Amino acid sequence: MNAIILTAIWGVVMMYVGVFVHRRKARVYMAIAGILLLLITNWLELVGLTLFPIDSKGMLEPGNFGLLFNEVTFFSTLIYFLLSGHDFEDVGGNTSDYFALIFFVLCGISIVTAFKTLLMLFLGIEIISIPLYILAGSDKRNLKSNEAALKYFLMGAFSTGLMLMGITLLYGSSGTFQVDGLNMGLGKLPPMIAIGLVLMMISMAFKVSAAPFHFWTPDVYDGAPTVFTSFMATVVKAGAFFAFLRLFDQAFGKMQDEWRMLLAIITAATLLIGNITAVFQQSVKRMMAYSSIAQAGFMLLAVFALNQTGKQGLLLYATAYSLATIGVFAVLTRMKDYTFEGFTGLSRQQPLVAFSLTVCLLSLAGIPLTAGFFAKYYMLLATLRTGHMIGLVILAVLCAAISVYYYFRVVQAMYFREGTAGSTSRFSDGFKAVLLANSLILILLGIHPDWLLRLFNY
Amino acid sequence: MFTAFDNFPALLIWLPLIGGLVAFMLKDGTKVRSWALFSSIITLAVMALSLHYTGNEHVELQTVSYYWLKDLGSSFALSLDGLSRMLCLLTAISFPIIITATWKNPISNANAYYGLLLLTQCGLMGVFMATDMLVFYFFWELALVPVYFLASQWGGERRIQAAFKFFIYTFLGSLLMLVGIIFVYLRTPEQSFSMASFFHAQLTSGEQGWLFWLFFIAFAIKMPVFPFHTWQPDAYDQTSPAVTMVLSGVMVKMGVFAVLRWLLPMFPEAVKHVDKLVIGLSVTGMVYASIIATRQDNLKKLVAYSSIAHIGLMCATLFAQSNIGTQGVMIQMFNHGINIIGMWIVVDQIEQQTGVRKISELGGIAWRAPVLTILLVIIALANVALPLTNAFVGEFLMFSGLYGFSPIYAAVAGLSIILSAVYTLNMIKNVFYGETNVLTANMVEAGLQVRVMLAIIVVLIFMMGVFPGPMFDLLKQGTETLFLKTTVK
Repeated sequence: MNAIILTAIWGVVMMYVGVFVHRRKARVYMAIAGILLLLITNWLELVGLTLFPIDSKGMLEPGNFGLLFNEVTFFSTLIYFLLSGHDFEDVGGNTSDYFALIFFVLCGISIVTAFKTLLMLFLGIEIISIPLYILAGSDKRNLKSNEAALKYFLMGAFSTGLMLMGITLLYGSSGTFQVDGLNMGLGKLPPMIAIGLVLMMISMAFKVSAAPFHFWTPDVYDGAPTVFTSFMATVVKAGAFFAFLRLFDQAFGKMQDEWRMLLAIITAATLLIGNITAVFQQSVKRMMAYSSIAQAGFMLLAVFALNQTGKQGLLLYATAYSLATIGVFAVLTRMKDYTFEGFTGLSRQQPLVAFSLTVCLLSLAGIPLTAGFFAKYYMLLATLRTGHMIGLVILAVLCAAISVYYYFRVVQAMYFREGTAGSTSRFSDGFKAVLLANSLILILLGIHPDWLLRLFNY
Repeated sequence: MFTAFDNFPALLIWLPLIGGLVAFMLKDGTKVRSWALFSSIITLAVMALSLHYTGNEHVELQTVSYYWLKDLGSSFALSLDGLSRMLCLLTAISFPIIITATWKNPISNANAYYGLLLLTQCGLMGVFMATDMLVFYFFWELALVPVYFLASQWGGERRIQAAFKFFIYTFLGSLLMLVGIIFVYLRTPEQSFSMASFFHAQLTSGEQGWLFWLFFIAFAIKMPVFPFHTWQPDAYDQTSPAVTMVLSGVMVKMGVFAVLRWLLPMFPEAVKHVDKLVIGLSVTGMVYASIIATRQDNLKKLVAYSSIAHIGLMCATLFAQSNIGTQGVMIQMFNHGINIIGMWIVVDQIEQQTGVRKISELGGIAWRAPVLTILLVIIALANVALPLTNAFVGEFLMFSGLYGFSPIYAAVAGLSIILSAVYTLNMIKNVFYGETNVLTANMVEAGLQVRVMLAIIVVLIFMMGVFPGPMFDLLKQGTETLFLKTTVK
């Protein structure tokens, strides 16, 4: 509850900061202060201190897992602000508005990590989406950015419509919005519930950009300003995944046998389409867009498995994926040339940046000693634990092997190819320090994921 | 966690790791070389010291086990038994030899080069000593990543593609193995990754059947066994000399070792069903590689294909599953490592001096560099397993084992021995004897450090060829425990 209230308050504060604070850097510091405050207060709630005791009539109830997820989300956002906060001004003059919108997104995420009724889920998803439509189009003079915003809005509205229809059907059949009330389990599914469930699955698949509902993703991620793509592809996606998992765990967990096959097909399609299409990209930004689809395929395995290992794994995966992708995008934002050739020679000019970027890419590829390995490991473990669909696991590892191809192209450009195209970019010392710290976190989690997962026992 | 330094396995991991990290920090090329040599010699010294404490009373010096991931049931467990001792010894001996023999080669970014080389050593040691499956997997990959960087950054023109092919192949193999590991892990009695519980996992014979392939493909790619070998000639051809030596001398042993250490005890029933198939593949690969080697004009590729043939024999013998053959494989892993490193050193010398690696363009080197030639001839003869050399001991035992399994396979495999004599002697004739030409006219004797290293290798070859007793003593403990495990199941 702390997080929901404070994100909303801080969003408003950031809007006023735009009026009263004119130094650009001070605005960034205000945003960082806000996120630190969120980290602390959310932690306080985790250990049992609620600052705003509000009776939500059973509509919101984060639970430890939700709070822990918030914590991870806020931490990723902190790293994001530290790395990319100063790049906001390259997009346009309204930096504090952008920060405000991001805090509103975080508010939405805090709601979807706590929802107990379908209404709250809907509200949370909308609060996440609407600021993002604006952020995607924030580069007003750029046609691609406008296109991205419009596309995102139309597709988003469409999937929201589907979700509302699904909610209606579920309500009509069961007479309740409470997710617990839907989870009635065994027996034959009434058709209305079945259709509602499928509609909910489709709309959630839209939000997490799972195939075949992923078509908006590459264009939107490519068209939106790179700094905001970074946020959309990481924190927001992780939040949406949490909502997906929570909804299907709490509302449809006992009917799992009915929808498992459908989700397996979606997962397999996402893995294949994401990975194979990413291979053919020429622009790193677009490659990262497809890679985010591919990674979504892996995260879907947690929803598929729906067990404790899967939940732990999703938390780890969200952390590993968010931190690594934020790192890659932070460097990408500062590159002049977004093609693979644009990275040539970076290792000679900027050894530290190249090293950190390599760690991020290795983590995304799932090489041991990085957090990405254990993230993937937990997903595979969770899926194998269900005892179903060993073929899906084999498919997933084959796709992971494909992913090495496109992630390593960046590494090859940085280290092994001759050229100086990567040398034009400037990196401040603070930026390098945070980037390095980020990759050290990835390595530490790759040696000892327990340090994060042990928090589950709180 | 991981803090105790008072036992050998921990030291053998930490020394190369710290050595490698320090090497990254150094700037000056010569300093880095000296540091890398110093670090690898210290590792060798520790390894040699550990051979004095092999008895059961020193067991706490030979094993390490810390909690690592308690919730998953994995602990950081390493141990030095007979088998791992042999391969750790190979790793420890080969690195100082490799570093010294390639001392004069021009290397850009020497700090990264030697740093990565030492990190590879760390990974290799870990693979050979791990007694926990997850730790094993970790080191398995850990050895791969630095080698990928080494192979892509230094070497021939097509090195990036060759290294990438190598990486994708092996990574795909390891991922499939990971699926297998998780599956077996879920069937272990106490949900743990320890070796003992992996050997006692509850698996039906049907499950063993397909799990076997998940693991075997990973190991077969690494060895490499026909038909998973296609990365190897390219990789050897394109990597820089020291990396080629590490790859062929030590790294390919990871696959053979893993079959012996993990695969055979884990899936005894599956092995019974597929042994003919695997031996058939290996033997086919041996003959196939030998035939290609006889027609090979590229010196480096010739050695690469001869290596495929040798490894094929090891793999075939392993699946024949006889005590005597297995001992032969263990001895031969060490011998093959030493011999092939010697071969590469000579090939590297020729290439450094003449700039070519085509057999047809070389000739008459013996008149220019007699010492080098004599040393090479001895090493090459060891490579074709002439009596009195080390490889004879190993190959003799291996053939005995294979013959016991099936005389037909042994006979076909024997073909490759004949072929190996053909291509090796042909190579010696064409490269070292005959007319001196423009390219080889200016050949001079190899540098002193190279000759000393080759001499050490030759001494090792004869020592183990004439008096292999100590090697068997070293192994004894290893094979006995191994066969105990296999038969207990």
